[in-house]
Amino acid sequence: MIARTGVTRARGFRTLGDLLRISALILVAAIVQVSIFAPVTILGGTPDILLVTLVCLALLRGSIVGAIAGFAGGLIVDVATLGTLGVTALLLTVAGYWAGRYGETTGRGRMRAVPLAVAVITILVAFGGLGLHYMLGDLVSAHRALVTTLLPAIPLNLLLAWPVNRLCAAVARRQASSDRASEVQVLV
Amino acid sequence: MVVGALVVLALALVTLSFRESSGGPVTSAQNAGAEALRPFEVAATRVARPFRDAYGWSDSLFRARSDAKKLRAENEQLRQLVLQNEFAANEVKQLKALLAFREGPTFPNDYDPIAASVISRPAGAFAQAVVVSAGSADGVELNAPVVTGAGLIGLVTRVTSHASRVTLLTDESSAVSALDAKTDAAGVVGLGPGVGATLELDRVSKDQDVRVGDTVVTAGWRSTKLSSLYPKGIPIGVVTSVGQSDTDLYKQVQVQPFADFSSIDAVIVLVRKAAGK
Repeated sequence: MIARTGVTRARGFRTLGDLLRISALILVAAIVQVSIFAPVTILGGTPDILLVTLVCLALLRGSIVGAIAGFAGGLIVDVATLGTLGVTALLLTVAGYWAGRYGETTGRGRMRAVPLAVAVITILVAFGGLGLHYMLGDLVSAHRALVTTLLPAIPLNLLLAWPVNRLCAAVARRQASSDRASEVQVLV
Repeated sequence: MVVGALVVLALALVTLSFRESSGGPVTSAQNAGAEALRPFEVAATRVARPFRDAYGWSDSLFRARSDAKKLRAENEQLRQLVLQNEFAANEVKQLKALLAFREGPTFPNDYDPIAASVISRPAGAFAQAVVVSAGSADGVELNAPVVTGAGLIGLVTRVTSHASRVTLLTDESSAVSALDAKTDAAGVVGLGPGVGATLELDRVSKDQDVRVGDTVVTAGWRSTKLSSLYPKGIPIGVVTSVGQSDTDLYKQVQVQPFADFSSIDAVIVLVRKAAGK
């Protein structure tokens, strides 16, 4: 019987360095989203690099990292935009968790897991955001939120998916590669 | 467990943030966080500014091109509208002239007017005729005189049920007995020897007085058995030159027609009233 020692898939934060790298990634993505991408309107939609980063990260590192990263990223956005604290955090927590679960289960090893997850979560976050803002009593046009901005946002996020996924893989997989099995024990 | 805690925490934040007054601890923490993030945001904005400017430039260029394309199409539409309006204004002018003629003193009392529009024009320089949109069904008869607001233009030479062919005065076969409205000098108006739509008042004897500027109108003669096809007094044109030579029997009188034969759009066909009407 042969068993591998060590971890082949890095789930959760393994080291402090790993935590810092992912935190920096989320912080940069949130700042870039708030400062650079939010004012950009292409064909009526706005690309969401934080959401794409979160999805890619969650697919790589699992649901717990996805949820924590989503909460942190959303909180940064809420703080930076001086919006209702916790709204984006709640949405991205759920989004990160869902993407992580998808990566751990059905999406594992699938070629199109990233674009599929990005597209689906973009839609779900739009619907969730609309519902949440509606419950908070904000005046939101459903047509604007779900048609005018969402439809162009999906391809824009898909365009970001490939380079962001490469970046996330370079940042978040470093730990994973170091955790690979270094020796093999033969159990008799 | 972690996820549940995060969701609960987020909901708690939402609740606190939503319910709290502006000076509360959560709001203060949020403000402090925003202040802490501000340098990063400013830095990111500065780094991104050239790219945003480039994007803005290309976007405005694209938009300007799109606008230019839209404006060109709009301009084309407006140009067509202007042409249509000019055409309509011209038509209105002609119709007003026709109406003025119809209600004017020169309109012959024993004729009924039938208004018609020109539906086809001469195919070439050799066919001095137009086809109008009124035929026998409308009461048009063969040899009925046809006028515009300016004056006489010709004679109906062929009639179908809903269209008629009008041979213009500028056709070589046309001849109208006419007279000088001022001096009563009589003659026959036909196509002149010059180029274009100049007419000639022929058969004016040398002893008759015709002067440049005199108006030539239809004579409308009537004898015991015969009568002219044209009613009396319809303006034809104005005398532009008068000449005579020792060898000729008659004067050479050139007449510039009142009607512009190159742009006839609406006409009145004069139909003689039935007896007893």
